Amino acid sequence: MSVLKIEDLHVSVETEQGTKQILRGVDLAVGEGETHAIMGPNGSGKSTLAYAIAGHPKYHVEGGSVTLDGVEMLDKSVDERARAGLFLAMQYPVEIPGVSVSNFLRTAKTAIDGQAPAIRGWIKDLDSSMTALRMDKSFRERNVNEGFSGGEKKRNEILQLELLKPKFAVLDETDSGLDVDALKIVSEGVNRAKENTGLGILLITHYNRILRYVKPDFVHVFVAGKVAEQGGPELAVRLENEGYDRFLQGANVG
Amino acid sequence: MALASPSVVPVQTRSERPSSTDVTDFPAVTGREFEWKFAPLDRIRPLIEGVLDGSPVAFQYSESAGTTVEWVDRATAVVGVAGTPEDRASANAWGAVEKVLQIRVTSEEAEELLVRREHFDQNPRAAHVVIEALPNSSGTVILEHRGDADLSENVEIVVGEGAQLTVVTVQEWNDSAVHVSSHFATVGRDANLRHVIVSLGGGVVRVNPSIHLAGQGSSTDAFGLYFADAGQYLEQRPYIDHQAANTRSRVNYKGALQGAKAHTVWVGDVLIGPHADGTDSYEQNRNLVLSDGTRADSIPNLEIETGNIVGAGHASSTGRFDDEQLFYLQSRGISEEEARRLVVRGFLAEIITQIGSPALEERLTAAVEAELVEAEVVRAAAGVASDAAAAASADAAAAGAAS
Repeated sequence: MSVLKIEDLHVSVETEQGTKQILRGVDLAVGEGETHAIMGPNGSGKSTLAYAIAGHPKYHVEGGSVTLDGVEMLDKSVDERARAGLFLAMQYPVEIPGVSVSNFLRTAKTAIDGQAPAIRGWIKDLDSSMTALRMDKSFRERNVNEGFSGGEKKRNEILQLELLKPKFAVLDETDSGLDVDALKIVSEGVNRAKENTGLGILLITHYNRILRYVKPDFVHVFVAGKVAEQGGPELAVRLENEGYDRFLQGANVG
Repeated sequence: MALASPSVVPVQTRSERPSSTDVTDFPAVTGREFEWKFAPLDRIRPLIEGVLDGSPVAFQYSESAGTTVEWVDRATAVVGVAGTPEDRASANAWGAVEKVLQIRVTSEEAEELLVRREHFDQNPRAAHVVIEALPNSSGTVILEHRGDADLSENVEIVVGEGAQLTVVTVQEWNDSAVHVSSHFATVGRDANLRHVIVSLGGGVVRVNPSIHLAGQGSSTDAFGLYFADAGQYLEQRPYIDHQAANTRSRVNYKGALQGAKAHTVWVGDVLIGPHADGTDSYEQNRNLVLSDGTRADSIPNLEIETGNIVGAGHASSTGRFDDEQLFYLQSRGISEEEARRLVVRGFLAEIITQIGSPALEERLTAAVEAELVEAEVVRAAAGVASDAAAAASADAAAAGAAS
């Protein structure tokens, strides 16, 4: 039973105004096959949590730990974390000119598995995942994210999620900017990955919308850099009706 | 013809730049002239004002159907058709050569011709090559350069009416080599010249192509690819001269720089002359900086003397390695070294895939790969070296990776 455990995580970033504290003691445990939704207002540190887990150099860990099955991730490089089983679906995936999707996916798969995938099985997996995500075969020869629409970029992220088969995935506002059709396609992909591999999911979102398609087991409300409240799926419904106001007032008073 | 000193009478337009085949027409080079201001003059000076050995130097070439290769006497050769020297090193070489290497593409389906020149030595030498594509012929001529060199040369390219010619010059010289080369091309009616400069090896390498679109409907695709390591100086100044109506040009040069004192220069001149109605032109230069301590000069110039054109644009950018790209690739399990290689390879692939010779494309991909591996070895070695010079380059590498 795999578990991703975040304990007392403190993270800062350098800004022009000096060091800014973003995360102020985050505690969270995600078990294998569980889906945890992280919800919260803008600026509450949701994306910082995603990038800190993945190891982006811009975010400085001031204290705490992130362990995967008891192994500390914070002292590992970005690629080592990925090879250990972490995945981050990014909100704004970058373009890589001159590198084809097919070359990129194969290089990543080889790095994650420690050996090149057998050609025939690989092509078959690639084809079926792309078909399920309604991605045309011509995508394979296009450069990574270059000229992709917002929806195509998100589908490309989920394609990687399906093919690289991580133990835990952080989905950073994967729903933002998607129309309802694209949202369904992307959600189906996430659910497939979960069914196939027992993926544990940390689903970061501002809205309740995606939770209709990717059902959370737990909902955590993020305010001012820490978890302010947690509960079951009913909490997301309540947030949709009431908004984040009561948490923000609390934060101001505190 | 006496030429005014550039410092006295600034040359305002590219078409009026002084030119002559007689070296004595050019004033002494001070290093302040625009055409020499970036170059390490101490290393080039023997080629600019010294006595050059203009005797023929042995070379190898592939027997390719539809092409001929031979030494011809300079008096009998078609010399001076494509252009006239515009700098002193070029004029010095022009007067010094005894024989001209004449390459002809004679057939509509000529086989790819590979000319390998690797027997120059460290003596200052002059050379002159004329590449002629007969009307309606089609072919590819590759000039490969290896070994030592202290060479000033002129390469004339004459593309006959309706001909399709690709000329590729590949510089993979030894580290100490000095090579300054002026290419002059004239492109006839409805003909196309694909011109590719690949500079990877050599101490000082400067290849300046002047391409004159002389015939109506003529066109050129001019590409460049360069990778400067520590201490290397690589310069290229493409000049596209739209003389005739309905001519088209595309210029695309890409370079990578890594290591202390790696220096590249790109000056792209496009002149759309008064009779060049319907011109369609675009030039761009992009540089990828992989470490601190490098310098990339990139200067696009556009002169338009007629208002009736289809398009004229230019772009220039010099950027650092994008750390967001690195993060993205690493977050998919790919190591930093491999991620860097993927990005640089991808950046330069745009040029390599334009060459149109599968065998050469494959070889150049491997050569770029070797440059990347070598650059990594330098980065790694710099990290543990203890002497001051190496420590400085280590700082540069670390700063480059962190920024």
